[in-house]
Amino acid sequence: MSFPILSTMILLPIAAALLTIFLSAQAARVVALGTTLVLLGLGILLWDGFDIGGPQWQFVENAPIFGRFAWALGIDGIALMLIVLSVFLMPICILASWDSIEKRVPEYMAAFLLMEALMIGVFAAQDMFLFYIFFEAGLIPMYLIIGIWGGADRIKASYKFFLYTLLGSLLMLVAMLWMSREAGTTDIPSLMQYNFPVDAQTWLWLAFFASFAVKMPMWPVHTWLPDAHVQAPTAGSVILAGVLLKMGGYGFIRFSLPMFPEASAQLVWLVFGMSMIAVVYTSLVALVQQDMKKLIAYSSVAHMAFVTIGLFAFNRQGIEGALLVMLAHGLVSGALFLCVGVIYDRLHTREIARYGGLSNNMPYYALFFLFFTMASIGLPGLANFVGEFLALVGAYKANSWVAAVATTGIILGAAYMLYLYRRVAFGTAAGEDTASMRDMTPREWLTLAPIAAATLWMGVYPESFMAPMRNDVTALLARIERTAPAGDAQLKMGAAKPAQAHSAAHGEAH
Amino acid sequence: MSIVDSLLLTLPELVLTGAALALMLVAAFVGDKATRFVTLAAIGALIGAAVSLGGRGVGFDGLYSADAFSDFTKLLIYLAAGVSLLLSTRFFAAEDRLRAEYPVLVLLATVGMGMMVSATNLLTLYVGLEMQSLAAYVLASFMRKDVRSAEAGLKYFVLGALASGILLYGISLIYGFSGTTDYHAIARSLADGVNMGELFGIVFVLAGLSFKIAAVPFHMWTPDVYEGAPTPVTTYFGTAPKVAAVALLVRVTIEAMGSAVASWQQILIFTSLASIILGAVGAIGQVNIKRLLAYSSINNIGFVLVGLAAGTEAGVSATLTYMVIYVLMTLGSFACVLQMRGANGVHVEDIQSLAGLSRRQPALAAAFAIFMFSLAGIPPLLGFWAKFVVFDAAVAAGLMPLAAIGIAASTIGAFYYLKIVKIMYFDEPTTEFAPASSYVESSVIALTAVAVSPIGYLAIPMLGAATAVAAKALF
Repeated sequence: MSFPILSTMILLPIAAALLTIFLSAQAARVVALGTTLVLLGLGILLWDGFDIGGPQWQFVENAPIFGRFAWALGIDGIALMLIVLSVFLMPICILASWDSIEKRVPEYMAAFLLMEALMIGVFAAQDMFLFYIFFEAGLIPMYLIIGIWGGADRIKASYKFFLYTLLGSLLMLVAMLWMSREAGTTDIPSLMQYNFPVDAQTWLWLAFFASFAVKMPMWPVHTWLPDAHVQAPTAGSVILAGVLLKMGGYGFIRFSLPMFPEASAQLVWLVFGMSMIAVVYTSLVALVQQDMKKLIAYSSVAHMAFVTIGLFAFNRQGIEGALLVMLAHGLVSGALFLCVGVIYDRLHTREIARYGGLSNNMPYYALFFLFFTMASIGLPGLANFVGEFLALVGAYKANSWVAAVATTGIILGAAYMLYLYRRVAFGTAAGEDTASMRDMTPREWLTLAPIAAATLWMGVYPESFMAPMRNDVTALLARIERTAPAGDAQLKMGAAKPAQAHSAAHGEAH
Repeated sequence: MSIVDSLLLTLPELVLTGAALALMLVAAFVGDKATRFVTLAAIGALIGAAVSLGGRGVGFDGLYSADAFSDFTKLLIYLAAGVSLLLSTRFFAAEDRLRAEYPVLVLLATVGMGMMVSATNLLTLYVGLEMQSLAAYVLASFMRKDVRSAEAGLKYFVLGALASGILLYGISLIYGFSGTTDYHAIARSLADGVNMGELFGIVFVLAGLSFKIAAVPFHMWTPDVYEGAPTPVTTYFGTAPKVAAVALLVRVTIEAMGSAVASWQQILIFTSLASIILGAVGAIGQVNIKRLLAYSSINNIGFVLVGLAAGTEAGVSATLTYMVIYVLMTLGSFACVLQMRGANGVHVEDIQSLAGLSRRQPALAAAFAIFMFSLAGIPPLLGFWAKFVVFDAAVAAGLMPLAAIGIAASTIGAFYYLKIVKIMYFDEPTTEFAPASSYVESSVIALTAVAVSPIGYLAIPMLGAATAVAAKALF
């Protein structure tokens, strides 16, 4: 067997976390940064070593050391990209917390390293119960991160985060227990090919939905997210928005769609309905927020609705678009939270009204903030555009009403982001203290510049990110296409006979 | 089987009885000065009893059975009794209540528990149960000058006597309608349909036993007794008698009533769900850590009963796994409670006094947090595995509603475990604790914390095999 790179990536941060607890604050920072950089290096090796077009599951490890379930790891392209996203954001999080976290630094760094191990574990697990353990275990460090280093109202937010997600996941556990009995295996790749009885699928799908919808989060179970985001420290918000929310989407791709294709097709109306409400409702809510972090949190809910719409469109454009939105949103919303963190560290308030005119005294900051605002809106050439466009194309093929409503989300998104930017960066400063804030430090440059580069890369040449995932989308489509509900767009490829005006016009989009 | 062979089967009980009698003499002659020696000797006797396990067969014409099931549970009982004895000396020394009778009483109660788990006849069951209970009543009121302790003993005695009466009434009904007190003969009698008298007998027996395991609706004594009894005694109550009573319940339901699963399954499902929910809701408002752990034990018994309600071999094996992990978590949490001493060395039980513990004693707080997350059943701690196996058994037996409601209700339980973590980690420090100075307590905490940490998952294959063998002995 070759070098167990995935096990190393999970166990190394755990070991580092145990080490940091016993170190001084400065040493803990250095160790944490060093470990996350090593993991970033391993992540790049993983990407480099991933054989595109090779077997679906690569870097497979299997050690049946737990009796009922196994230490089974392995990744496909989708998991690979999400792992790369996690290890990419992690050193940035450590850097972002370098000065802003002053109390109990060793424990803080340990919690983040633990979090990183668990995130990689979630994406790499090939055993259903191992997945569940990693999925749930992430609650503990996040609970502590919000509760110890969070804002004024942190305790309520930490409870809400923990109990909300726990309740959803427990129902999923019951479903998993039933599935392992029915299929006689806990191996995820085998389960993805197993045909569960159609009448049982509905219940199983709903149980998994309870968990992933909360994690995603989908309207109306999104209410934990604004609280958690607002109260969490900056780096906590970055990880929450950047990676933890992606676990919901990953769950849909890994479990709900391939394992219960019939139920997914039957309940597509539920997902579409909730997503349509989410896009419009949370965008409107974002428009009237006074708190910067809350605004971005609500925008996350709206963006995640594009993911669910794309995934349940049951076609290639939709699913590929959803995957790209997940990656792009991980970068862009993470960066936006970092932007908020930069000015929060100076003025210690998130209230939008306290800022203004930052483009005068912080020109570089205003530039970065504008860049990520544009990315979030979906400006062509930046990361979000590709994914959102594909997801909408997919949605249009599935249901034109959904596509129409979802598109208004883009307009509203532009409205609330530009409104936010105007209030923060333009106009006059709200006070002396605002006007005298210094521009970005080199450390802050180091956190934002890599994300900006990645955002541009993904916007200009998304193929680098799409290529490893394409075969997995093909495999997923092969599994679900037989149940795909009929779309109402009645698209016709190639105009062999006179086509109706609107479908011909749309046919060019392919 | 001759009387000598039968006696040899009960060798563990004989060892303990002999040791208890001998140590009683030592206590009488030397007095309280000998307490430390008597304690160590009692632990030695428990180890001796554990070594002498392994007899196989049915003795005394079907009154007593030594099999893999009884060996497994006895081992667990001896472990729990030994650790609670280890934890006791320091506590009683600090309170100036070091008495040499204490280890003797623990040994006698343990003999009763051995009888309980080996009983294959309703009369052996009753004698074993009473032997354990009588010693336990005295233990509960061991700090007799403390009003709460005396009250705990009295409450335990009155309610325990009532429960014994209910149990005995049920036994007499079963005997009257089936003509026997032998488990296997009862099973044969129930196999041809359960008549009204037998059904009432089953209900009363289960009601009496529910009292002993502190399952809702017979749980009322638990918070008062847990709070009032001295902490080492509470540690003991929370572990060894629980294991014995659960094992007894398992044996009665599977061996004696196994042919009439339908008539007791609903009862267990009800008590299980009621215990899970009431144990969780009741704990929320508690301010005393021992009371909170009492409600936590009610909550946990609910989960144990989920496994038993399945009525299958996998269910029994899951129940035993749960008990092992539960004993580890309980021993660890009570050892942490024993470390809660104010600056002047006096024990405090107020949950608020834990505020900011993570900054004053990080290691203790981390261990306590591990136990709390584990009791809440959050992976990757071992408490998750305990819940996993019982719900797995319930799902396999087709009890989907029980599994879904039970597991959803465990979220309520998670709330108050989180509350303790919150107080230790998020709140500002208030009271100062005396530093840890007992190697015994610290090592018990460290060992149990490591056992319930993810490292404990490596023991799952072994634990699974052992519980499967033990469960097989009943079917």
